[in-house]
Amino acid sequence: MNDRNRALKPFVPQPDDDLIVCRCEEITKGEIRRAVHDGMFTLTEIRRYLRTGMGLCQGQTCTKLVKSIVARELGVRPNELGPATGRAPMRPIAMRTLAQDKEETK
Amino acid sequence: MKRYDMIVVGAGPAGLSAAIEAAKHGLQVVVYDENARPGGQLFKQIHKFFGSKEHKAKIRGFHIGEELLAEAAALGVTVVLNAIVIGIFPEKEVTVKVEDRVEHIKGDTILIATGASENMVTFPGWTLPGVIGAGAAQTMMNLHGTMPGKRVLMLGSGNVGLVVSFQLMQAGCEVVALADAAPRVGGYGVHAAKVARCGVPFYLSHTIVSAEGTDCVTGVTIGQVDQNWQIIPGTEKHFDVDTICLAVGLSPMSKLCDMAGCEMEDNPAKAGFVPKVNEYGETSVSGIYAAGDVSGIEEASSAMIEGRIAGIAAAAKLGYLSEEACQKEIAIQEAALDGLRQGMFAPGMRGKQITETEEGVAISQNLLQHGFVAEEEIVRFPGVTHQKGVHPVIECTQNIPCNPCQDACPKHCIRIGSNITALPSIDAEKQCTGCGMCVASCSGQAIFLVDEDCGDGTAEITLPYEFLPLPQTGEKGVALGRNGKPVCEAEIVKVRSAKAFDHTNLLTMKVAKEFAMQARFFQKGESV
Repeated sequence: MNDRNRALKPFVPQPDDDLIVCRCEEITKGEIRRAVHDGMFTLTEIRRYLRTGMGLCQGQTCTKLVKSIVARELGVRPNELGPATGRAPMRPIAMRTLAQDKEETK
Repeated sequence: MKRYDMIVVGAGPAGLSAAIEAAKHGLQVVVYDENARPGGQLFKQIHKFFGSKEHKAKIRGFHIGEELLAEAAALGVTVVLNAIVIGIFPEKEVTVKVEDRVEHIKGDTILIATGASENMVTFPGWTLPGVIGAGAAQTMMNLHGTMPGKRVLMLGSGNVGLVVSFQLMQAGCEVVALADAAPRVGGYGVHAAKVARCGVPFYLSHTIVSAEGTDCVTGVTIGQVDQNWQIIPGTEKHFDVDTICLAVGLSPMSKLCDMAGCEMEDNPAKAGFVPKVNEYGETSVSGIYAAGDVSGIEEASSAMIEGRIAGIAAAAKLGYLSEEACQKEIAIQEAALDGLRQGMFAPGMRGKQITETEEGVAISQNLLQHGFVAEEEIVRFPGVTHQKGVHPVIECTQNIPCNPCQDACPKHCIRIGSNITALPSIDAEKQCTGCGMCVASCSGQAIFLVDEDCGDGTAEITLPYEFLPLPQTGEKGVALGRNGKPVCEAEIVKVRSAKAFDHTNLLTMKVAKEFAMQARFFQKGESV
């Protein structure tokens, strides 16, 4: 997936490009397709570039949708596209809660 | 740092079952669940489950949840609710948010049983309030007692879409249509049939074109798709609805497994990104197990068995159980799991088109395309016979692992045999007494008692009925056919409710005898 020399077909606007795909961060299909043409070939890159899947639901709604859009744009099957890295916290946690997480005295 | 023999993430069917098995063998177990209530999806399941009587068939899902919780409590399992596991780190260290603090704990073993999340589809208007997942609809209805809407369109004809459509009607909503982009109904035929005979039209090879509304859903347009899933112009159909319910599949919620360092695979047969597990549910990280939907989408009954296997295996790993005893116990569970994974809907059958039953009977194509078995098709199935006097008519036409009807009949009129997926057949030698136990026992609501000729030009049909208010004896109405269309006038002559029926009421309606094999549902109201 990380082949930077990958030749993509030119970006062609589509009628449903303004369809919101990531609801939490309000990212559209067109923005995701454009990001691929900007050189974002992995879901981790897309996520850092656009914040897809970084909102309240943490990608529970849009991950699969984003994946299929990116895969189609790259001309690969969705399951060839690795997932974005999973990291803690798995769910949105308030900063004040995390701030209380001190090192335990052994 | 607090230490447990086993940390379970997720108090659904898999997690609770694993905790029970582990605790039974002496392990100290803690179960965390992010929800306010335990049980995962079980407490939303108000329908009777399929299966064998050894594995909780014909018991309603929420009762199974109650049983699991009681069993776990009796064994001293700690279930912590509103507890969000936020990470799994090396050395099996788990961080969990409880109330307003982060706790660090260690487990000698960990079971990840986080289940799945619902898939979504996009179409113009999909972000409008009123577009909801089928799981959300179930949460509103069955946990909170709230109707999701008044008029609903369901997208998805898998078991979730079918079961939730029926539940929406039970809650008092009108389901205006059931659509699916696939050309054939995906779920059990019996689930489809009980929805279709209530009058819900099925639109296969159809998907949503757009949802209408500015602040909320006020309508929906669906259209027929071609082989490339593109809408065929001119096939659009509009419905006034306030709710669009999406039941388009589930994806494993497996990120915790990934974070824990388990080897993962993107496996379409398991519906997504899942940890690779061995026959005990153990991942590539020694002592970390995964069970239930997180390791591949199936259903609650198999999740419970997978959980039990992981619990037993963890007990053996920690030395609470000899290798020999472990193998023996797991063999029993695996046999049960094999039993569930039989028939036309077994995991290995996904995507295959089946044309005949195991018995060599041609599958009802009408059932797959329209949700109900056509009149000319129904007669070829072994559960459908003509006899004098009252007798069961079993409209069970696909091989699924389910057999409670066989044991329900005290007169042994119904035969399935040792092969749990076999279609039920009728033993005409045995005399049906019309007790109705078979009707109430059928999780698919596919059994009717029919007296084809009462001697006065009428026939009586007893059908399972799970709607309120119950019709009264003497009430007149309309008999509906398998397609949900009016067939003839009908009068209720008997209403039976019994504890043994577990909330499936038995309505007996009288119709003109020529409609004995057509009339399959009762609708209040006048004239045909």
